[in-house]
This record gives sequence, C-alpha cells and structure tokens, in this order.
Amino acid sequence: MSTHATQEQEGAEVDAGDSKPHSPHQDRRLQEKATREEQSQRESDERTREREETVEIKVFRYDPEVAEKQEPRFDTFHVPFEKGMTVLDAVMYARDHYDSSLTFRHSCRQAICGSDAFFINGRQRLGCQTQIAELDTPVRIEPLPHQEVVKDLVVDMDSFYEQMEAVEPYFQTNDLPEGDLDEQRQSRENREKIKMGTRCIWCASCMSSCNIAAGDDQYLGPAPISMAYRFAMDEREGEDIQDHRLRIIEQEHGVWRCQTQFSCTNVCPKDIPLTEHIQELKREAVKKNLKFW
Amino acid sequence: MHEHDVLVVGAGGAGLRAAIAAHEEGADVAIVTKLHPVRSHTGAAEGGINAALRDGDSWQDHAYDTMKGSDYLGDAPAIETLCQDSPEETIQLEHWGMPFSREDDGRVSQRPFGGLSFPRTTYAGAETGHHLLHTLYQQVVKRGIQVYDEWYVSRLAVTEDPDPEKRECHGIVAFDVQTGEVAGFRARKGVVLATGGPGQVFDHTTNAVSCTGDGPAMAYRAGVPMEDMEFIQFHPTTLPSTGVLISEGVRGEGGILYNDIGERFMFEHGYASNDGELASRDVVARAELTEVNEGRGVDDEYVHLDMRHLGEERIIDRLENILHLAGDFEGVDGLVEPMPVKPGQHYAMGGIETDENGETLVSGLYAVGECACVSVHGSNRLGGNALPELIVFGARAGRHAAGTDLGEAIIETGRTEDTEIGEVDTPVAPGAIHAGDTDEDAVADGGDPRGEGAGVIPEPNEVVERALEAENRRIDHLMEKDEGVQQAELRAKLQKTMTQNVNVFRTEAGLKQALRDIREVREQYQDVYVDDPSRTFNTDLQQTIEMRNLIDTAEAITLGALARDEFRGAHWRQEYQERRDEKWLKHTLLSWNDGTPELWYKPVILEGEDKTYEPKVRSY
Repeated sequence: MSTHATQEQEGAEVDAGDSKPHSPHQDRRLQEKATREEQSQRESDERTREREETVEIKVFRYDPEVAEKQEPRFDTFHVPFEKGMTVLDAVMYARDHYDSSLTFRHSCRQAICGSDAFFINGRQRLGCQTQIAELDTPVRIEPLPHQEVVKDLVVDMDSFYEQMEAVEPYFQTNDLPEGDLDEQRQSRENREKIKMGTRCIWCASCMSSCNIAAGDDQYLGPAPISMAYRFAMDEREGEDIQDHRLRIIEQEHGVWRCQTQFSCTNVCPKDIPLTEHIQELKREAVKKNLKFW
Repeated sequence: MHEHDVLVVGAGGAGLRAAIAAHEEGADVAIVTKLHPVRSHTGAAEGGINAALRDGDSWQDHAYDTMKGSDYLGDAPAIETLCQDSPEETIQLEHWGMPFSREDDGRVSQRPFGGLSFPRTTYAGAETGHHLLHTLYQQVVKRGIQVYDEWYVSRLAVTEDPDPEKRECHGIVAFDVQTGEVAGFRARKGVVLATGGPGQVFDHTTNAVSCTGDGPAMAYRAGVPMEDMEFIQFHPTTLPSTGVLISEGVRGEGGILYNDIGERFMFEHGYASNDGELASRDVVARAELTEVNEGRGVDDEYVHLDMRHLGEERIIDRLENILHLAGDFEGVDGLVEPMPVKPGQHYAMGGIETDENGETLVSGLYAVGECACVSVHGSNRLGGNALPELIVFGARAGRHAAGTDLGEAIIETGRTEDTEIGEVDTPVAPGAIHAGDTDEDAVADGGDPRGEGAGVIPEPNEVVERALEAENRRIDHLMEKDEGVQQAELRAKLQKTMTQNVNVFRTEAGLKQALRDIREVREQYQDVYVDDPSRTFNTDLQQTIEMRNLIDTAEAITLGALARDEFRGAHWRQEYQERRDEKWLKHTLLSWNDGTPELWYKPVILEGEDKTYEPKVRSY
C-alpha cells in the first residue's frame, strides 16, 4: 500500500526521451539507484520465499439474522504478515480477501475517529493502533465487553452516547466578551490542565473496561466524567457553571461510584488520566461541601 | 417518510456548522451521516485555521496569499468571502469553548504555514480538526439537533427535467446501517451535502476509509456539474507505510526536510530558495519526488523530516500529537530521529460546483466543505485553508438553506454566455455503460426512467417516494445476486491505477491508461454482488454502493487531468511544463448529461471587491 510514483516518474522520463541532460553526478546516482533497486527487489523476493509468513487471527462472529451465525462463534483467518501491520489491517485483509461479511467499524486508521475499539487478546485497544508484531498469536479479536453485540465486532454504542451526553458536554458561560472578534482569555496553564480531557475520541474502551459501569448501567462512567472534568476545570466557564457541573457529577451514579481501579486509565488509547480526573472532581465536590453518597 | 426543513448529509465540520446555522435561523434541521458525527474525518485535520485576527494582518493579505496559492484558479468572490468571514467564525469557535493553544497573554495562538505572508494559522496543538469537530458536535448536542447517525445516504430525490437547471431537490434516500431499513427523507427547504473528500480513489491517502466521494458522485448523477476535479493535493509529509498525515505545522514550527545525503534540498536544489520547507504544498511534494527520482531519496522512497532541533519542550507543547503518530504508525521517535515522509493524496480542490452561498444549480441542493468547489482553492489549497472553508461556507449554506437572505451570489452556477464547450480525446467512452437508453444507471437519481407522467411536475413527496422505490430496487438487485465480482477487488484495481497514473506527476499515456482501467472497472461493476445476506450492519452493501461513487469520481478526476494541457498548481503534466494563462484561466466542469459526460469551461473570476488579482509567476 504505497505510491508507485517513483517508478512511474522514471518510466515517464524515459518515454519522453529526456528533456534535460543529466550531470555525471546524477548519472552515477541513477546508476547506483538502479543497482540498489535490483538488490532490494532480490532481497524482498527472498524474504517472501523464506518466510511466507502469515498471522493467525481468531475473530468473534455473530449475526442475529443469519442462521449459522446466530450462535456466536470464532472464525480463524490466516493473513499474510507485513511489517507494520496492525490488527485493523489484518481484519480488513480478512474481510477483503476471505469473507466480505466480516463486520467492524473503522474509518480514519490513525487513532482519531475512535471507531475501532476491540477486545484484543483480552484487552480493550484500538485496532488501528495495535501492532500485530507486539501480540501473542493467534490474535483473538472480540467486540468490546459489557456492550450489546450488534454483529461480529460491532457493539451498540447508544448507551455510551447517552452517558456522554448526560453530563452536558458543551461549553457554557455567562460571561462572553462583547465583540464578535474578542476572544475569551485563557491561561496556558489552564489550557494545559484541560488538555488531556479534550483528547477523548469517544471510543468507549474505558467504559468497557470498568467493572463499576458493568454492574451499574446508570453510572456515568469514566469518559463522561472526564468530559465533565474538561469543562468544570475550564476557567472560561466561570464559578457558577462549575457549581452546576459538580452537582451533575456528584449525583448517586456519579464520581463516588469510582473505586479507583485504574482500568480505564490503563486502556485509554489517548493516555487520558481518567482516574485522576475523577479523583480531582471528588475533591472539588468535597471542597464545595456538596453532599456525597 | 421522515420530514425536516433542512437535511444536512455528513457530520464533519462543514455539516455540523451548517446544521447549527440553519437551527439558529429557526429551521427544523436534521443531520444524516454514515458515521457518528465524532468519527468524521475533520477530526484528523492537524494544522489549523487561517484567520486574519491580529494587528499587521488583514483579510486582504489572506486573500492575496490564497489567490496566489491557488495559482490564479480560485474565484475572487469566494476567496474574499472566506478571508472576510474567517476571523469571526474562528472566534465563534473560541466562544463555543474550543481549546485553542494559547499565548502568554491568554489569546489564541497562531503560527506560520506554507504560502502565508503572516503567521495566521490558528491552532489547537497538532489536533485542531479534532477540537473543531468536537466543539461543533457539542453545540449540536446543546441545541438538540436531531442526528440520524449511521444512516448511509445513497440517493438524492431530484425532479426529472431534461434541463438540470430546472431540477429541484426535495430530499434524500438513506438506509439505516444498523437495521438495513431504507427510508425517504423529505427536505422542505433544502439538502446540504457535506460528505467530505474522495481520497479512497487512491491507495496512499491521508483520507479515511469513509472518504468515498459520495456527495459529488450523487450530485453529479443528478445533473450537478463537478468542477476542477483534476486538482488533487498530494501532501508532502505523510508516513510512507500508512499515509498517515504529519502536519505542516512541523515545518511551520521550523522542521527541516533532508534528502538521503543530508542536503536541505528545498534550498540547496533551488526548489524554493526563499521559503524553503514552507513553500506551497504542491511545490514541496514535487521537490520530494524529484529528489527520490534523481536518486537522493532515503531507501529510494522517501525523505526525512527533522524536528529534533526544536527541542522536547516546544515539540510537546505544540506538536505532541506528531510524536504519537510517528511512533504508533511508523515506529519512529520524532524526538531522537528524523521522521520518514513522502507525498500522499490529501485533499480534493475540486468538487460540486456551488456559489458562495453553497447553492448548486439544482434548486434546493447545497454543497459545502471538501465535497464542494466554490472555488476557494483553485488549483492548490494552502495549508490552514480547509478548516475555515468548513465553518465559513458551512454557516452560509446553513443560513441560506433555512431561508435567510444572504444577498445574491456573484458566482454563477451552470451555463452562462461565457461557457465554452470542451473536448478531450479519450481512449474509451466515459460515463454510463448504456448511456442514452432507459437503463436506470443513466438517469438522474430519483427520476423516473420510464418517463411516466412526463410533463407533470410531481409533488415533492412523490419525488422522494420515487427515489425510495428506485433505491429499493438497486439494493434488492445487489443483494439478490449471488455470484459475480466483489467490490473489494474492484476498489483495489481502481486505487492502483489512480495511484500509478493520476499522481503527482502525470503523463498523457498514463492518464489514458487510467481511463481504460476505470472503464474496465465500470464494466465489471455491472456484475458486482453483495455476499453478506444480512440486513444488519451490512458494510458489504454499503461499500458496494460507495464503490460506484468512487468510479464516477475517479473518472471525473482523470478526464479533467487529461483535458487540462498545462501545468498549474497541483496539476503537473509532463508534456506541458508551463502555466498557460491565455488558454486556461478557466474552470473545468463535467456534467453527467444523463450518462454521456460533457466537458465545459467557465472563466475564473479574478475581479475582487476592490481590486483585480493579476496572475503572476508563482514563486516561493
């Protein structure tokens, strides 16, 4: 999967009978390059012959509509291994070459859209961010635990989105500057403080890893609370809004449910210190003398 | 049937901004998107938002830079609108809480970017798009705007009229990816397409898997022209193995490009003796490939981008995300070694022809963002100009679709007295396989192929119903077949020929080969089938429909590239090494013309509000 512009352009130059004479220096380089290309092609062929390496992946399958998939099962695929291959590359290969019904969400391939959180070898990870070479084989790929499976690796995200939206995840202030071109000021320190909280990509890995969330479906959960943290700590919102936000997260199914097991922090693909955010909100709530459960 | 005033298709930056604007004007607006909004590819934008916010800068300077960057193929009214509206729209994002990077005095940070005469790229780390996307989605949540997420829009409901300019768009047809339900959506006031780029026509691209040119292809088949499709931006700094983008911000902060023998080639080989690494993207991309082709590439494939000298503190402060990307996707630690980079497909300057209110020539149909061509970017987009386009034209289209008077647009869509018919010598016929007959493939989406009720203007609801029936027929047809060819094979074939033949360096022979290959893929597509029998989350079906859009988009790109016998901006032709202003100060337009594509041209508008932009030699 790379451009072939190099060879293409070379071919093009030859076709045109070459418009510009090469310097001896350039000729030598082109010569060297041709030799190198030959050699690297030879080496690559040898490698392919020697290795013929494949990686074995076991993928969870389920489809409520298809008779043979109504009972969940694992399918095994052998995918040709390439250096740098990710788990997402492997399932895409399996889908495109072996079974087009193999179903999973994915989009950006660069850990920013948050679509492809799977349970890979027993841990929540993004498929695109996980190198096959770093995993024990066969690689076991399952949908995120604690969420209803829609089909294969696709889980129902609705309850996650509802929890995210339950914390009023939008900026609020009573004190905007007058002019349309006047920005609110924010210190670098304050921006730094909320930075990690703003990195959330809504992948739901944390929610899936959290035992408390598994047992209490009303628990706001790590990502929503961290989202609340990102706003509650944003100095641009002002104190009255902060009070309002703390009331939302200190409710019965809010921050006090967290038992600081750090599983959310451990699995977060963006390294957000979720547990710390939750702890800090607990401290803020205590400082404000809000009742706690 | 679902019914709303305004329907926005796609939920990236442009779509979300359009929805918010329409909602603020009091419209009942809904967003229909094949992803959940936060999954949209705007989130992958890194660099920033160009906006003339500071003393010493002005919208006029921003407009001049943009016109120059476009290689004089942008339309002045569009460019000036962008540059005038960007400051307010950018500060609007700040007022909605977007976490911009900050200066010591608490104001938002700006940095230098390629092709800019002032450091006006307003940024939030190296993840500006992520923050823009999330900030806008937060405002959608706040307003309670309805979102049909994971609904794939596969057809527009447009009236049938021999003259596309008399057609009206009354809605869309979409299917719920999760359940397979196909439904009609009536739009009482307007449909806004905001479907993003077509990067998946190439195999080495920074674009997401979902960037499949759905909007342009659907609009095109409904009679709306595609404009300037040949202009594809290849970003100079993508990771070689995956195409993941390394922001121009790295060079903006002082990152340096080296070839295999340690030469700072942008200067030492004279590609851009003044601006060096910060020349326009097309200039840097060609320079890199020339280095590689002349034997000075690293591993004969790429060059090095070095930011180590910036120091850990500055890198972490402003470019931290780049460290993660280089580490996760290339296994390189940007703090201790240079990063390998090479050009990769990044952005489509062309798209659906619109005016500066986002309107297309089909009444009630709008397009904004990367899927549209206003035209702001002309033949080459400057870094930092995509995000302001989303918010400026997203807001305008949303307001206009909701019924707000924005004044008459200066840019005229469709054919005018200045229109010139184009000709291009193609090795195979482009367009529909059975053009001219009643094959469904050839009619405008939503039209009645049998011509029943000709002369009677159907009720809007009926137009949507007919489109729904047509879409159900197509889906049933794809699902019922149980043998043939699968879309993955066709997609790979199409991507391969586009990457080989319609890349940074283009030749007549290569472009013709691409057209032959595209034709072959189009013929094979007649035998395409969906293997997955399930209606539940059938991504096989979705990708098969997307594949049709990729074919039409790829063909439009290649036809434009073959027709344009000059070198301008991102479009380099081996046989024509000069910009030819006497012939080519005009936009390429391609109409589907019921299956027999027609090429035509309209002049570039260089007359601005207060001055006319005179084409100059573009040097950096």
